[in-house]
Amino acid sequence: MSVPTSHSSLDEQVALWRQFLSRRQAIHAVDVAELEDHLREQVAGLVEAGLAQDEAFLIAVKRMGDLDSLSREFAREHSERLWKQLVASPEGVTTVTRQESVVAWALAFGAALALKLPALFGITMEEHEHFYLRNAPFFSLPMLTGYFAWKRRLAPATVRWLALAFVCAAVFANVYPVRETGSTAILAFVHLPVALWLVVGIAYAGGRWSQVAGRMDFIRFSGELFIYFALIAMGGGVLAAFLAMIFESIGIKVEAFLGTWLIPCGAAGAVVIASWLVEAKQSVIENMAPVLTRLFTPLFAAVLVTFLGALLWTGNGVNIERDMLIAFDALLVVVLALVLYSISARDSTAPAGGFDVLQVVLLVCALLADAVALWAIAGRISEWGLTPNRVAVLGINLILLVNLAWSTVLYFRFLRHRGSFTALERWQTGYLPVYAAWAALVVIVFPPLFGFA
Amino acid sequence: MNESLGEPDVEINKDLMAASSTPIVLSILAEGDSYGYAILKRVKELSGGQIEWTDGMLYPVLHRLERLGHVEARWEVPEGGRRRKYYQVTTRGRAQLAEEHRQWRAVDATLRGIWQSVVTAGSSVPVANGPLPQGAW
Repeated sequence: MSVPTSHSSLDEQVALWRQFLSRRQAIHAVDVAELEDHLREQVAGLVEAGLAQDEAFLIAVKRMGDLDSLSREFAREHSERLWKQLVASPEGVTTVTRQESVVAWALAFGAALALKLPALFGITMEEHEHFYLRNAPFFSLPMLTGYFAWKRRLAPATVRWLALAFVCAAVFANVYPVRETGSTAILAFVHLPVALWLVVGIAYAGGRWSQVAGRMDFIRFSGELFIYFALIAMGGGVLAAFLAMIFESIGIKVEAFLGTWLIPCGAAGAVVIASWLVEAKQSVIENMAPVLTRLFTPLFAAVLVTFLGALLWTGNGVNIERDMLIAFDALLVVVLALVLYSISARDSTAPAGGFDVLQVVLLVCALLADAVALWAIAGRISEWGLTPNRVAVLGINLILLVNLAWSTVLYFRFLRHRGSFTALERWQTGYLPVYAAWAALVVIVFPPLFGFA
Repeated sequence: MNESLGEPDVEINKDLMAASSTPIVLSILAEGDSYGYAILKRVKELSGGQIEWTDGMLYPVLHRLERLGHVEARWEVPEGGRRRKYYQVTTRGRAQLAEEHRQWRAVDATLRGIWQSVVTAGSSVPVANGPLPQGAW
C-alpha cells in the first residue's frame, strides 16, 4: 500500500466518523474539529508505535468512547444545545438563509409601507376605515405571494397569473356600489382573504399545487402560520400596552399612533415574518398544529358526545335563533381543522389505531349535532327570508357538511380495511379549491344578487 | 502492562474519576498551556498508566472549566498543521486549584491516618475480615 492511498483512506474514515459525530445535536462543529484533532494525533501516535493505520484508527475511535455516552456528556455540559435555537443560531447562517431573511424583512416593511401609501393620497385610516377593511388582504398577501414566488423561483407566466388574480380581486372588492356597512360589503370583507389565500397557496406550492403532497404542505404551512401569527400578535399586544402605559405616564397620548401605525403596520408585516419563520423552522422544530390537535381532539369529542347525550336525555329541541347557525358553522370549522391537522401529521401507511377511532367519533358527533341544527332551521328559513347573511352561513354549513360527511365515509372504509388513508388525504386536498370558489362567489356574485344590500 | 510493574490494575470508580478530573486537569494546565491529547498523555504518564480516561470525556470537562472561567481556550494553527484548541489556566482557575489542593490534602491525610491503623503492614489490602471473630460465618 502506497503512502498517499493509505492517507486518503484515513481521511475517508475520519470524514465518515466526523459525519456520525456531527449528527449529534449536542456536539457542535467546533467540538467535532477539536475531537478530530485528537483522533488524528492519537492515530499518528499509534502508527509511530508500529500499528497499521486502519488498526490505529479503530483503536483511536474506541478510546474516544462510544458516541451515545459522549453525546450525553456533551449534552450535560451544554444543555442549551438541546433547545433548538432558530433565529440566533451562530452556525448554519449561510448566505442563502441570510439572503432569505433580508428578503423577508424587506417584504414585511414593504407590506407596512403599502398600508400607509393611500394616506399620501388623502385616504387616511381615521376617515376611510372601510376602504382599509375592504382592501386589508391586498397589503400583505401580495407581498407574501411575492416572497414565495422569489423563494420557489416561479416561472414568469405563473407570476403573471397570480398578479392578475390579485388585480381582479382588487377590482371586485372596490367597484361595486355597495353600502359600506351593508351585509354584502361585510360578507365580501370576510370572504376575500379566504379566496386570496388560494392564490398564496399556489405560490407556496410552487408548481406542486396539482399534487396531493404540495397541497398538504400548504395545509401544514397554514396551520403553523396561524400559530406563529397568533404568538407574534400576542407579543405585539404586550408591546402596544407597554407603549401606551409608559407614554401615558409622561402625558403623551399614543393611541392614535398605535391605532393607525403600530398595530395595522405590525399586523401586515407580521404575516410575512411569520411565514418566513415557518419556512425557516419547518424541518427543525416539530409542527405545533398537530400537537394541539392531539390535545384537543379527545376534548372536543368528549364535549360533543356529552352535548348529544344531553340533547337526547332532556329532549330539548335546539333553540335556533337567527344567528345560531354561525355557532354550528364554527363547530364544523373546528372539527375540520382537527381532522385536517391530524391527517397532515399522520404517516399515511401506518395502520389504523385508537386515535383514528377517536377521529371518527368526533366526526360522527359533529355531523349529528349539525344535522340537528339544520333540521331545526330548515322549517324556519323560509319564514325569516333569505338574507345575504343567512345564505352565506347556510352555504358554508353545506360545504363543510359535505366535506365532513365524505371524510367520515372514507375514514370508516379505512378503519374497516376497505380503503387506504391516502384516499382521505386526496379528498381533503382536492377540496381546498371549493372553499376558495365559494368565497369568491360570495365576493363577486352576492352583491349584485342581493341588490348591493 | 501494570503487572510488569508489580502493581495491581486499579479500576477507579466513576464518582472518584469525576471528582478528581478537575484538580488533575487544572494541575496539568498549571504546568503550561496544553491541548486535549497532550493532557490525556500527561495524565497517563503521571499515573503510571493507572488512570485512563475515555478520551472523549475529557472535552466536556474542559468545556465546563471554560464555562466556569477556570480556563481559557484559543484556537491556534501551527505552520502547515491542523488547527488545535489550546487551554490556558486563568487566575480564577489557579485559585480554584489551590482550593482543591487544600481539600484533597485533607481527604488524603484523613485516609492515610485511618488506613495506617487498619491496614496490615506490607499488604495493600485492608484486613476487613481479619478482626471478625471466628464463627461469625
